[in-house]
Amino acid sequence: MTSLDSVPRVRRGVRCTYDKTRDSDVVLFPEGVLLLNETAAAVVLRCDGASSVGDIALALADEFDGVQPDDVIELVDRLVARRVVDVD
Amino acid sequence: MGLLAELTHRCPLHCPYCSNPVELVQRADELDTVTWQRVFDEARELGVLQVHLSGGEPLARPDLPSLLAHASGLGCYTNLVTSGLGLTAPRLADLVDRGLDHVQLSVQDSDRLNANLIAGVKGFDRKLTAAALIKDAELALTVNAVLHKANLDHIGGIIALAEQMGADRLELANTQYYGWALRNRAALLPTRSQLAAALPVVQAAQQRLAGQMEIVYVVADYHEANPKPCMYGWGSRQLTVSPNGDVLPCPAASVITSLPVQNVQRSSLSEIWYDSPTFNAYRGTSWMQEPCLSCPRKEIDFGGCRCQAFQLTGDAAATDPVCTLSPDHGLVQEILGTEITPSRPAFAMRRSV
Repeated sequence: MTSLDSVPRVRRGVRCTYDKTRDSDVVLFPEGVLLLNETAAAVVLRCDGASSVGDIALALADEFDGVQPDDVIELVDRLVARRVVDVD
Repeated sequence: MGLLAELTHRCPLHCPYCSNPVELVQRADELDTVTWQRVFDEARELGVLQVHLSGGEPLARPDLPSLLAHASGLGCYTNLVTSGLGLTAPRLADLVDRGLDHVQLSVQDSDRLNANLIAGVKGFDRKLTAAALIKDAELALTVNAVLHKANLDHIGGIIALAEQMGADRLELANTQYYGWALRNRAALLPTRSQLAAALPVVQAAQQRLAGQMEIVYVVADYHEANPKPCMYGWGSRQLTVSPNGDVLPCPAASVITSLPVQNVQRSSLSEIWYDSPTFNAYRGTSWMQEPCLSCPRKEIDFGGCRCQAFQLTGDAAATDPVCTLSPDHGLVQEILGTEITPSRPAFAMRRSV
């Protein structure tokens, strides 16, 4: 289970990019594509294997209004389920 | 959306389960570098985000690095689908520099001797070397094993081999009977007891390796009650461009000879995708006949595989005969009843072009 102390890292073979056709940030992996909203894209960008979920939540609170730590935990959980990120 | 770019039909392996057409595209008829790059441009405009560089063996194309760089430069995720033969450290390093994201490596069996017999070439040790190079380059690796009568009993060994190779994903795909593989169907069809023994091994490994190595199991569809879904819907998420520029809704679709051939030398990908009779023929559900038309599963399996329907019944709009509701289901039962024998007929090995 992901917690505030978990340290997520974007998995090997996952590429984050911007798709102008869909006007959206996207994550690409071997068999799929995920469209990301602005907040999710900011989270994925920070899954660097060094920052904890708590660090990421703090950084996001500076940038976006109303982002709660629980939202970040839930999002990281979803990214783990889709094999976009690993959690130590 | 994904593009399967079959850069060449040339291949160092001679696998009897090859799903490429019986008539392969000759080297002289392959698209040149500039045309492939235009195809990638047009695919990107259509919304393609994944480019699978495949074949045959894509490493047989000397211009592979510039093709890969082009696709990657467009922002596409690039996947090299390879036998691993011909992959060297310098070649791989160059591909990584040019943006390679992922490698899919084929294996024929976990048993060296049997793997080499199936591939028709001594390739097993070279695949181990290729896997080590891929891991050294810290690339994501999917191992793909096509399953059939001659290797299904080794499924536990194949899973162990993929673990040993450090695969992130393992695709265990029962043979689909298209192209050359159809010719070898009687030599490839597994018995029910083989399949029954394999499934719990796969399921146990899926549990044991959860979070470490993802295992995707593609069932043997002739033995199933429901047909496999057609490409998530015909002309919906995927397109294939063959070595000579023919554009197909799925890799097997050249078998449907009732459809006109579309080619990138004559039309843009956008014209072919949106306007061609070939891509519109089986889009949606309005083309369906009974029992598909009133079936609650019609949006789940899309009537099954159009290519299989055509191959077995001569009508690509028919229900896939794998479906137990198909009026032609007896055809599949007859194939299973007559072609699965205690001994295995000899393989007809694929000859290269």
